Amino acid sequence: MTAESFTPPIADPVVLRIAPPTDWFKPNLLELWESRELVYFFVWRDIKIRYKQTVIGAAWAVLQPFLTMLIFSLFFGKLAHIPSEGLPYPIFFYCALLPWMYFAASLQNATNTIVENQRLITKVYFPRLALPLASVLSGLVDFGISFLMFIVMMVYFGMRPSAGILWLPAFLLLAILTALGVGLWLSALNAVYRDVRYVVPFMVQFWMFASPVVYPSSLVPEKWRWLYGLNPMAGVIEGFRWSLAGHGSPPGRMLFVSSGVMILILLSGVAYFQKMETTIADVV
Amino acid sequence: MSETVIHVEGLGKRYRVGERERYFALRDMLARAFTAPFRRKGTGRSDDYLWAMRGVSFDVSRGEVVGLIGRNGAGKTTLLKILSRITSPTEGFAEIHGRVGSLLEVGTGFHPELTGRENLYLSGAILGMRKSEIVRKFDEIVCFAGVERFIDTPLKHFSTGMQMRLAFAVAAHLEPEILLVDEVLAVGDLEFQKKCLGKMQDVSKSGRTIVFVSHQMNQIRRLCERVIWVDSGQVRLDGFAETVIGAYEQSSLLTSQPKQHELSLHESVSFSGWEVVRRRSSSSNVVAEGAGVVSISVRVLTREVIGHGRVAIVVYDSRGFLISGWSFDDLQLAPGEHDVHLSFSDLPLRPGAYSIYFSIHDDNQRNHNWTLVPALIIEGTPVTHFMDEWAGVLNIPCALETRDSSKVGSEVG
Repeated sequence: MTAESFTPPIADPVVLRIAPPTDWFKPNLLELWESRELVYFFVWRDIKIRYKQTVIGAAWAVLQPFLTMLIFSLFFGKLAHIPSEGLPYPIFFYCALLPWMYFAASLQNATNTIVENQRLITKVYFPRLALPLASVLSGLVDFGISFLMFIVMMVYFGMRPSAGILWLPAFLLLAILTALGVGLWLSALNAVYRDVRYVVPFMVQFWMFASPVVYPSSLVPEKWRWLYGLNPMAGVIEGFRWSLAGHGSPPGRMLFVSSGVMILILLSGVAYFQKMETTIADVV
Repeated sequence: MSETVIHVEGLGKRYRVGERERYFALRDMLARAFTAPFRRKGTGRSDDYLWAMRGVSFDVSRGEVVGLIGRNGAGKTTLLKILSRITSPTEGFAEIHGRVGSLLEVGTGFHPELTGRENLYLSGAILGMRKSEIVRKFDEIVCFAGVERFIDTPLKHFSTGMQMRLAFAVAAHLEPEILLVDEVLAVGDLEFQKKCLGKMQDVSKSGRTIVFVSHQMNQIRRLCERVIWVDSGQVRLDGFAETVIGAYEQSSLLTSQPKQHELSLHESVSFSGWEVVRRRSSSSNVVAEGAGVVSISVRVLTREVIGHGRVAIVVYDSRGFLISGWSFDDLQLAPGEHDVHLSFSDLPLRPGAYSIYFSIHDDNQRNHNWTLVPALIIEGTPVTHFMDEWAGVLNIPCALETRDSSKVGSEVG
């Protein structure tokens, strides 16, 4: 009954030191890894809630990109005659919409995640990084569902994937990490400055036109192409078109630039988020 | 001998005044960004800041159950939030040895659209349980909450009570080495509260450390051997539960004037004052020593003759338990002012605060009641059981003697 007669089975009690935050960069990735089940539960919750009390449920994940693709094919394709360089317009647009819609939705979710989970944050401790990470990962399920639609379309147009499809996971990873990097910035900023959530829709719209979603990046003059690659999503979308539909050239310099920028955004995002993390419960 | 699991040293937390409610607009941020180079870090007018807590130091050993008491806004929750890493301290540090679980709110992470089952998993994960742990304890938790029939119903269709039961059941099955609990037992019906207290006692008996905030002193009394009283962000007193609770109760009683509730059904009698005659300290008229004669004198103003009256006095303790009541018949009072004097040859009550309910009736059922909350503070030393839950309300001295009865021809028959 007393402390002496009972020893809880602890092999090596970890000493946790709680002290005022220091300013240097210290991402606690080990802690995040230990909380991987929590990340999984957050993802699971997001997905469960997303389509609760909807009539057609997860069909929205297909309908959204599919209808957008139809509209784009009609207006940008049939009417504006955007060059698709030999690809059927539906394939041309859908290839870009797959990563783009994932990216846009992830940014929206990540922006709001800290504010939406305010009660949680002020009442219980967990690595705060789990929240934006989960909001970026939960979009992958919608991505997967809309990808099935893409396979149907490929069959319909009688197209076969090339060996480039083996590169697809790399491009997807680039999209995920870019979304995470930007999402970290936005979620932390929105926790303090609520203006951010009004800015994000404009930012996403502007970003879409700065990415080769409704046009091929070959429309951008060759000498500015490297600059274009500073937008990591440009690399992602070109990569998707190439690996899924064999469009354009294999990823080269542009991809390197995109990856480099992505790493910068991600590292700075983690740093800023960590800096905010210590005060988030006080300001959110 | 005893191993320290929580070591707190000089811990302090400073808030910017208004920061908790306010969030900045981008405009403010830009303004700050432009003025930043002209400001030195950490400067700012001192009145912009508020120390919610400062200079707090204490140690907790393994297996201890420590109660945190104090008025609202004293810094109890801030302390728990720092220890559970929700917010970070401004100065000082704390060292924690072992896995910490904190329970600052019942139902953290519940979502109304998810079913009971789904919420159970989610809440468990958020509070720090592993999935395998939740799977293992699932049936036990559902049974504890008593929601077997509704487990696959969305939470929004649960009654508030059911939600609370499920929420607490999840939390009660946490198995951290150190459990930090804010005032969460205040929810739910009495029966469920008892169940929760029982569960917490089980937890403490299995050698885990608990730090527990409550405003309900009887809960603290039941659970804790040691109590820390936090006042204005500082440790005011730290020690045995009964000592600290006693000091806390007296302080909160003495700073606030005793309340008087008067219920008059007739204008013929009114009360104008009272006094504890055998008072010990001159600072208050309500303090008496438990041992020896205690007299309470009540001043009564009568406007009519009371022929066959009755006077009654009833004493309650601070938990609202009735201690004892006395009544005297055949009271006769002429119109005018009277001092009604009630003497107790001995009032062997445990040190603490007591309330008095005083009433005068006469033969025509006209009566007049007067409740004084609190009206009597008993000082002295507890002489009964050292564990509060066994000590009861009386403070009667008892002597211990042992005799050797093994010799042949002893007197013991």
